[in-house]
Amino acid sequence: METTMGRYLILIYGDERRWDAATDAEMAQIDAGHRAFRQAAGAAVLSAGQLEASSTATTLRAGEGGPLITDGPFLETKEVLGGFYVVEAPDLDAAIELAKLLGEVAHDHSGVQVHPLVDHG
Amino acid sequence: MPAVKGVRDALAAAHRTEWSFVMAAAARITRDLDEAEECAQDAFERALRTWPRDGVPRRPGAWLTTAATNRARDVVRRRAAYARRLPLLVVDVDDASVVADIADDRLRLIFTCCHPALAPESRVALTLRLVCGLATAEIARAFLVKEATMAARITRAKHKIAAARIPYRVPAGDALAERVASVCDVLYLVFTAGHAASGEETVRDDLVELALEQCRLLHGMLPADDRVTGLLALMLLTDARRAARLDAMVALSGEQDRRRWDAVRLREGRLVLNRALRGASPNRYAVQAAIAAVHADAASEAETDWREIVALYDVLLTLWPNPVVALNRAVAVGMRDGPAAGLDALRPFAEEPALRDYGYRRAAEGHFLWALGRHADAAAAFAEAATLAYSRPERELMRERERRARAEEVAPVRQDAPTSP
Repeated sequence: METTMGRYLILIYGDERRWDAATDAEMAQIDAGHRAFRQAAGAAVLSAGQLEASSTATTLRAGEGGPLITDGPFLETKEVLGGFYVVEAPDLDAAIELAKLLGEVAHDHSGVQVHPLVDHG
Repeated sequence: MPAVKGVRDALAAAHRTEWSFVMAAAARITRDLDEAEECAQDAFERALRTWPRDGVPRRPGAWLTTAATNRARDVVRRRAAYARRLPLLVVDVDDASVVADIADDRLRLIFTCCHPALAPESRVALTLRLVCGLATAEIARAFLVKEATMAARITRAKHKIAAARIPYRVPAGDALAERVASVCDVLYLVFTAGHAASGEETVRDDLVELALEQCRLLHGMLPADDRVTGLLALMLLTDARRAARLDAMVALSGEQDRRRWDAVRLREGRLVLNRALRGASPNRYAVQAAIAAVHADAASEAETDWREIVALYDVLLTLWPNPVVALNRAVAVGMRDGPAAGLDALRPFAEEPALRDYGYRRAAEGHFLWALGRHADAAAAFAEAATLAYSRPERELMRERERRARAEEVAPVRQDAPTSP
């Protein structure tokens, strides 16, 4: 019998400078969104995390005589990864319904991506 | 023993009317769009082998659906023996659905193909492929892309449906109202593709009927949705004139035979339109339907209320700004204010990249040039319109106008001939 659930990585992207400049009210609204998400998803949240500032990231790439280690994220872009959830959901519609609860989808400085994970069975 | 030709015709007809039912029923069982397509194709191939021997079954659709679903069950049984890497289509297990509602199955397939998580161009392509059964080459031609490009687009979309678990489902409640807009847009494009068919025909009845039928079904589910109501009115009012219609190129010429219009559909279309226009703010489909209604109301082309049509195009441009709508408005201005004004209004569009190779633009110019007595220019415009026409009947019509314009052009010379030395 095949699995009846899919797993999705929900990625929260946004403009880091505008996140830093967010007002208390905005932060409270975003926190409320995450609480609503947790409540709705319950045990379907398999993993989650909030990322430190992108300046704290370290990137490894192939180099001569071993991996080249550099400071910063993989790509220097205005929109950076700020956090993630791994959730279980019966289908994409259900995963999208969860993602809609996040406060970030209501702000022009952020966006949320729903990415299915490969099912290795 | 039936003639092979008769069987082929019956099979071609069944492909046009039954493909989506066969495909949708198979998809429910295989829960894989590629496999469902293969099962549906297999059913048609089986019919090609057995119908010449056994005769065309009394209900070809039921025969084909049974053949495809039997095959689908085989596929599922065989698959159980192998480990499967790709996820299956997410199908709801409803307890009461032992007798699957076939009409619903088809709508499920449409909602899956029109899911907002798919790119808009993929939604139409997938609907034409899976629901309408069009060959990839035909779809590629309709969208002016290479066949390989279209094949890749369809494959990518099918893969996303499986990998992202886009459900095989008609959404319920609020989600239905949210999702219906994207289905409307696709049905509109299927309907338009049916009316702007390329090649030998100007109208592909099967596409038109499928779009109309599904729109009716949606209207039954969401009677208060102004967009669906507007689209249904537009389809009815446009299609009522199908038998007399050769596309806008002919409409412009005033040569439609009004006796061939479908009075029943016109009446129904007007009723539905009244309901659509009662909504708080008109949507683009309702305004397009209103334009179609004004055309249908006129007893002849000369009596068309072009002032009203220009006004409606002004509204449509604010709701749905695009070059083709702007061009249609310019033509209406010419019909209202005379050919010179029409040519003036059309002039800017010669520079518009999207319309430079649009046959209707040159056909309209030809119409106005002719009315001004500039027959040589008109002939050149019709000649160009003929080379740009999508279908053979359109092309022939434009060639015919070109010939007539050339005849008018030489007529005065002939009159002068006796006086020349």
